[in-house]
Amino acid sequence: MLSKYVSELLEKGERMDGRDFLEWREIEILPNVIKKAEGSASVRFGRTHVIAGVKLEISKPFPDNPNEGILIVNAEFPPIASPFFEPGPPDEKAIELARVIDRMIRESKMIESEKLVIGEEKVWGVFVDIHVMNDAGNLMDAAALASVAALLNTKIPKIEEESILRGEYIDKLPVVHKPVMVTLCKIKDKILIDPTNDEEEIIESKISFGIREDNVFCAIQKQGKSIPFNMVKQMIDLALEKSKELRSKLNAN
Amino acid sequence: MKKVEVLKDGKRIDGRGPLKMREIDVKLDIISRADGSAKFSFGNTVAIAACYGPRLLLPKHLQEEKGGIIRFRYNMAPFSVDERKSPGPDRRSIELSKVIKEALACSVFLEDFPRATLDVYVEILNADGSTRIASTNAASLAMASAGVPMRDLVCAISVGKIDDTLIVDLNGIEDNNSEADLSFGMLPSKDEVVLLQMDGRLTKEELLKLLDLAKENCLKIYELQKKVLKGKYGVEDVE
Repeated sequence: MLSKYVSELLEKGERMDGRDFLEWREIEILPNVIKKAEGSASVRFGRTHVIAGVKLEISKPFPDNPNEGILIVNAEFPPIASPFFEPGPPDEKAIELARVIDRMIRESKMIESEKLVIGEEKVWGVFVDIHVMNDAGNLMDAAALASVAALLNTKIPKIEEESILRGEYIDKLPVVHKPVMVTLCKIKDKILIDPTNDEEEIIESKISFGIREDNVFCAIQKQGKSIPFNMVKQMIDLALEKSKELRSKLNAN
Repeated sequence: MKKVEVLKDGKRIDGRGPLKMREIDVKLDIISRADGSAKFSFGNTVAIAACYGPRLLLPKHLQEEKGGIIRFRYNMAPFSVDERKSPGPDRRSIELSKVIKEALACSVFLEDFPRATLDVYVEILNADGSTRIASTNAASLAMASAGVPMRDLVCAISVGKIDDTLIVDLNGIEDNNSEADLSFGMLPSKDEVVLLQMDGRLTKEELLKLLDLAKENCLKIYELQKKVLKGKYGVEDVE
């Protein structure tokens, strides 16, 4: 019923909340919301709410990159956040979201990971954990923004006698780029951004673009049904344009 | 990380030119118990796909009245890689299974078989880059060979960028050392994109060029897939 209404509205060029097709909901970024974490951020896109927390642990480097810190991104879709989330290990949607955000952060080279070496066989492991608090649509863009915002305020703790002194910091995490994720959604011949959960039910397909401040694309992921070749190209232009708006929110923080 | 020189004097590590695919080998109906099956290989990357159904989906509460569903699993054999891969699904294979499943679903008239499932499974026997691409091509052929009602074949290819050179069909070493790699799949006769993933760093211009390059090469895969299927039914190529 609701889906039919949403879809008829979109057909007329309107959205339930009165936004334009390429207009974000109100976006709020709050840094440092978790005391125990080395970095954190709470991000809201309208009613969607995501928290990202960053923990740093002394880790062993990956064998193929012995002189670099490691990055692990994980996402939890806990059952508090939606009637469709269930307890248990991450499902394919949570895994996909975490992996796409992981690639955006990694491939953008935003973290200077060669500066995260502590000593022989010892590097900082940067663990980004995404916790969805309320799924009111467009988790991908919100979770990516929360992750980047959290990394931007992440501090490196002091180490004394091989162990971490939590709460005492020696430096900021070396961050040199600010990628953001913009997801373009297709419904029939129309393209929109930042769907609500009601809109997500009728969206046919979407492409998420991770884009750096120098307009370099660092991650792309298509989801759902097919998309005409030329529409993909159209989405690339729109993603670039919209990434600037998201990044200005990040910078204003 | 040890920098591997993957491109030298315009030649790739396996001697190919930048725009050349590896040798492709395709065989149909290699698994007699399956309704349709296929092998698709790019050089040393070997994917085996089998298709079962459409068949009744059980348990019943999973059934959908509006149409059938596709179940798909991408799986790497433990011996297919340098360091033994521990058996069973990991995060990578769960993501790839989702992405390939969605690509294949675009090609099938799922609405024609409510309450049913189409089960498509791929095993990677030997991995040397572009395994998701070989899997997608193999799966689509297995489905076609099983006689599944389809809008089109799904054709896939990987493209990428190394030292400012655009390349087609990445092998394992290139995959690990490229500045960008893009996995792409489409329904050629519909001009629709069904698979698109990229990681690396690309400008908009490079991205657009890679998309065109990917599409051009998908059309080559398409011709090959059609030829193999026509061969199965003894249809002469009239063109």
